Amino acid sequence: MNKWTRRAFIGTGSVVGGGLLLGVGGLLVAPNRLNVLPENTEDAARLTTWVKITPDNRITAVVPHCEMGQGAHTTLAMMLADELDADWANVAVEEAPARSEFANGYPLFGFLPALANGPAPIARGIDYTAYRLMRFFDVQVTGGSSSTRGTGQFGMRSAGAAAKIMLIQAAAQRWNVAASECTAKASRVTHAGSNRSATYGELAVDAAKLDPPSRPALKERAAYTLMGTRVERLDIPGKTNGSAKYGIDAALPGMLVATISAAPVFGTTLASVDVRAAEAMPGVRKVVQLPEAVAVVADGYWRALQALRSLKPVFTPVEHAGVTTDTLFAAMAERSKTEDGSSVDSNGDAEKALQGAAKTVTAEYRVPFLAHAAMEPMNATVRIADGRCEVWTGVQDPLNARKVAADAAELDLEQVTVHNQQVGGGFGRRLPGTHDFIKQAVLVAKAVAPTPVKLIWSREEDIQHDYYRPAVLGQYQAALQPDNMPSAWLSRFNAGSDAAAKLPYAIEHRKIIAIDDAHHIRTGAWRSVASSQHGFFTESFIDELAHAAGKDPYEYRRSLLQHSPRYLAVLEKAASLGEWGKPLPEGRGRGIAIVEAFGTVVAHVAEVEVIDGKLRVHRIAAAVDCGEVVNPDGALAQVEGGVLFATSAALFEEITINEGRVAKTNFLDYPLAHMADAPRISVEFLRSDAPMGGLGEPGVPPVAPAIANALFAATGKRIRTLPLQPALEKELAKPTASS
Amino acid sequence: MNMQLVVNGRTHDIDADPDTPLLWVLREQLGYTGVKFGCGVAACGACTVHLDGAPARSCSLPVQSVVGVPITTIEGLAAGQEPHPVQQAWIAHQVPQCGYCQSGMIMASAALLAKNPDPTDADIDAEITNICRCGTYERVRKAIHAAAAGIRDAAPAKPAAGGSRR
Ligand code: FES
Ligand code: FES
Repeated sequence: MNKWTRRAFIGTGSVVGGGLLLGVGGLLVAPNRLNVLPENTEDAARLTTWVKITPDNRITAVVPHCEMGQGAHTTLAMMLADELDADWANVAVEEAPARSEFANGYPLFGFLPALANGPAPIARGIDYTAYRLMRFFDVQVTGGSSSTRGTGQFGMRSAGAAAKIMLIQAAAQRWNVAASECTAKASRVTHAGSNRSATYGELAVDAAKLDPPSRPALKERAAYTLMGTRVERLDIPGKTNGSAKYGIDAALPGMLVATISAAPVFGTTLASVDVRAAEAMPGVRKVVQLPEAVAVVADGYWRALQALRSLKPVFTPVEHAGVTTDTLFAAMAERSKTEDGSSVDSNGDAEKALQGAAKTVTAEYRVPFLAHAAMEPMNATVRIADGRCEVWTGVQDPLNARKVAADAAELDLEQVTVHNQQVGGGFGRRLPGTHDFIKQAVLVAKAVAPTPVKLIWSREEDIQHDYYRPAVLGQYQAALQPDNMPSAWLSRFNAGSDAAAKLPYAIEHRKIIAIDDAHHIRTGAWRSVASSQHGFFTESFIDELAHAAGKDPYEYRRSLLQHSPRYLAVLEKAASLGEWGKPLPEGRGRGIAIVEAFGTVVAHVAEVEVIDGKLRVHRIAAAVDCGEVVNPDGALAQVEGGVLFATSAALFEEITINEGRVAKTNFLDYPLAHMADAPRISVEFLRSDAPMGGLGEPGVPPVAPAIANALFAATGKRIRTLPLQPALEKELAKPTASS
Repeated sequence: MNMQLVVNGRTHDIDADPDTPLLWVLREQLGYTGVKFGCGVAACGACTVHLDGAPARSCSLPVQSVVGVPITTIEGLAAGQEPHPVQQAWIAHQVPQCGYCQSGMIMASAALLAKNPDPTDADIDAEITNICRCGTYERVRKAIHAAAAGIRDAAPAKPAAGGSRR
C-alpha cells in the first residue's frame, strides 16, 4: 500500500459548498472546465475541479467538504474513484482550497487565467443555472447532511465519470484507435486489440486538454466496484496516534496564545476593565478590549487564562438581567395564547373537528436550549502581516470564515486565506453565522500584528457562548373518532416555521401553527435542527393518542401510515429488529418513533428501565432508509453517533438561563452521556431505491421520543419535558405520581 | 522555574510556572499536540496521558508534580513502528469519528488493559469515563475487547499471565 496516498491531506485548504447547492437545487453537474496547468510543481493534471492525476498515477480527489468525523472525505473519494475506475490503493484525498472558484462545485475554474492556454469557449459545458446560483452563494458549507447525497451524487461521480471518458479518449487518440475499443480498469486504459495499455498518470496531461463531456453517464448499481463496499476511512490512522492535526494544533513561529471572555449576557457590551495588574503578570503581552469581550494575549494558554480570570470586566447593564428559563417559557406560553402565528400546514377544519369530537387529547411539551459542546473548543490562529490575513481553523464553511475574517481585518477577500483543518466536532457549531471566534481571533491578531496569535476558548466560554438549539414549547390537541382513530390534529409551537413540524400520518383535519419567538439567547442549527424538537413532539403525541385509543403504539402508527410504503417498511423493520411485542422482564418497556429528516426515514425502538431512579436505556434498534448506502460502515457509524448524541441530550442535557445569562459552565454541570450510559445499538439499512438521503443527522430525531415512549411503557409515567432524567426525578418525588 | 520532564523516554528541559498544567507544557512547549484540551477540569479525559503507566488527566496536573515521573503521551504509546494493540483495534473497528477525544480514549483503554487484561463490560463502564461527543462508545467497547483478545493471543503461552478469563 502506498503510504503517500493513504494520508488525508488536510491543511492545504478548505471546503466548498457545492454539495449544499446541488443537493438543494437538484442540479446535474456539468463537470468543470478543465484546468490544464497544475498550480503546483507536481505536474499534476487537473481533469475536472474534483480530481487531480499525477504522472506517477496517483489520483487525488479534491473534496469540497470538511472532515469532522462523518467520513465525507473517504466517501466522496470513493464515489469519484468508482466512476473513474481508479485503483483505490492509489487514491488520496485532499480538501479543496477555500477559494470562491471551488464554491458550489464547479464552473469557475473555467474563468481562471490558467485557462488562457486553452482556447475552449468558456460557456460550453457549464451548467448556467448552477453558475448563476453559485454567484449568489459564496459558500462552501458542510451541513444539512448533504455531502454524499449532494456533492457526491451530483459532483464527484460526474467528475469521475467525465475524467474516465477523457482518459479513454486521450488513449484512443494516442494509439489511433476507436475509443469504444478501449477499456478502463484500476487506473489504466487498455486497448486489447493491439495489446497496449497506459496508466491514467501517463494519459492525464493529454486528457486534460480535451473538453470534458457535460453529462457523462453514471454507472448502474451493479457495476459499482467501491460504492456499497466497506472501505476503511482515510482519516482514521492519524486519529489513533496523535498525528491528526486540528485547528487547535496550528503552530506558527513566534506565535502567542490568547483566551477570551465575552459579555456573559448576549447583547451587552464591554464598559470598562482595569488591565494594569493583568498586563503586569508574567508572560502576558496585552489585554485586548473588544466591543463585546475582553481577551488576554500571553506566551501560553495557561498564563493567558490566569490573567483573564484575574480581570473584573464591567459590561453594560441590560434589560435582560431578569430573564430565567422559567420567564422564557412563560413568555412563550403567553405568545402562544395571544399570537396568531403562521401556518406550517393546514387541511380541513381542525378547530371544528375538535369541538365536535367525542374524545380529545391535549398535551404540552418542552425542550430546552442545548449546547453543541464539540470536543474541540472553538479556536482560530491568525496572522496579519504584509497586507494579508491568514487563518488556521476548522470550520464547516471556510468560505464564510474567510468573509468573516476579511470583514474583521478590513481587507479584501483576496487578501485573506483560510487554511481549514480537520474539525474536532461540528454538529452545527461551526456553520456560517456562528464564526464569532474567527472574528474575535482576527481582532485580537490585529492588536498584536504582525505577531501570529492563537485564540483558544475555554470550555466555559464554549458552553456559555454557543448558538443553542432553541428551547421550544409545543402545545398539541387531537380529536379521536368513535373508532379511536384521530380525525384532527392542532399544534402550536414557539420556534418559527419549519416543515419538520409536518405530520407523516393520515389525519384529515390538520392545523400546524408556528409562533415566532423573541428572546436574546443566541440560537443556531444543532444536529438535525428543527427535527430534533418536532420529532419529540409529534412522536410523543401520537404515542399519547395510541394510549388514549387503547391501541398498541406500533400498530396505531402502522394504520396511519398506510399511504406511505416507505415509512411502513422502515417502521416494520425497526419493530422486528427491536423485537416489538416480545415479552420483556418486569420493569422494562419499549418505545417506538419514526421521523424523516434530510431525505432519510429512521425508526427507532428503544428499550429502557428505571433502576434506582435512574433511567437506563438498554438498547436502541434502528431501521434506516437513506436510499443507497455508499460506505456501509461509515453510514453505520453516523447512525450510531447520532443515536448517542441524541441519547445524551434526551437524558441529561439542558442549558438553563439565570440573570439573563447561561447558567451552565462545563461538563460538570452540563453532563454528557458516558460509556456507562450508552445503549447497545443495532442498525439495519433498508435496501431501497429512494433518492439518496443524508445520514449525519437523521439518526437523532426519533431517539428522544422512542426513549420517552419506552419510559411510559415501562413505568406509566409520561414525561413531556426534556431532558428526561431530571424530569423523571421530579416526577418520582411527587407523592402520588400520575401522568 | 526550570524543570526536567521525561516524556516518551526523552528528557526535556523546560521553563514553566510550577502550577502550569502538564497539558499545556506538553502541547505548547514540547509539541505533543496529540494530547488534547477538552475541558480543563478533569471531566472529559481528552488530555489523558500515562504517568508511570497509570492514566492521568494532564489538564489538572501541575507540572511540578510530575517532575521525574515517566510520562507517556499518545505519540509514545506504540513501542517502535508497530502500533499498540489498542491502536490496531481502533483502526480495525474504525472507532474514531472526529477523533478529537480518541487520544485520551486510547490512552485510558491501554492503561485499563495493562492492569486488567480481560475487562468485562462493567469494568469498561467503570474505568473508561472519557467523553466522546461523536458517540463512539460502542465501538470503543468492542475495540477494547478486541485489543484484549489480541494481546492475549499475541502473548507467548506463559501460565495465565495476569488475570483469569471471565
Ligand atoms: S481536558 Fe483534561 S479532562 Fe478534559
Ligand atoms: S470521536 Fe469525536 S469526540 Fe470522540
